Amino acid sequence: MASQMELSNPQAPEAGSGTVEEPLDLIRLSLNEVIYVKLRGDRELKGKLHAYDQHLNMVLGNCEETVTTREIDEETEEEIVKKSKRTLEMLFVRGDSVILVSPPMLVR
Amino acid sequence: MLFFSFFKTLIGKEIIVELKNDLCIRGVLDSVDQYLNIKLAKISVVDEDKYPHLLSVKNCFIRGSVVRYVQLPARDVNKELLQDSTRVEAREQKRK
Repeated sequence: MASQMELSNPQAPEAGSGTVEEPLDLIRLSLNEVIYVKLRGDRELKGKLHAYDQHLNMVLGNCEETVTTREIDEETEEEIVKKSKRTLEMLFVRGDSVILVSPPMLVR
Repeated sequence: MLFFSFFKTLIGKEIIVELKNDLCIRGVLDSVDQYLNIKLAKISVVDEDKYPHLLSVKNCFIRGSVVRYVQLPARDVNKELLQDSTRVEAREQKRK
């Protein structure tokens, strides 16, 4: 995303919905864009943001969920990491599971 | 109140509620309240072999706080309206 953002003067009287001041304003910029959401329970979502509120409840379209599970092999004691994915055409996500919201990472 | 209003538009539609304990319940949305508590009718458990059988249960009340996801039919969702309502809600929240 933009590396430098103009932050409006906190002393200025009327902010308006056009300026970016608080974290939720950053999310507003991502409406109708694909975002990455990290959730509790080792889950991640990537989908198009259609709606959100102050609790971070969200509606994502064309959403891919990735669940990561870690198992320890009894004999070798090595960690086996498994990821399972599924896609859902339209998903409501309750905000209390949300850890972070970001534009998707283009290169891992 | 955004999502409360949003869910009211889905009353009568079939949805799947995924709970935080991984249980998935398919049913028809009967009602919703400001806490996003949900009443479902004609329920059936998704993946019945794995999860507790609610075979005799027809209707249920789900506390909003135990919901992880609600899977919605995309055709019943007006995406443009949602985005516009979100901008209005965000503006109202900011004024508080």
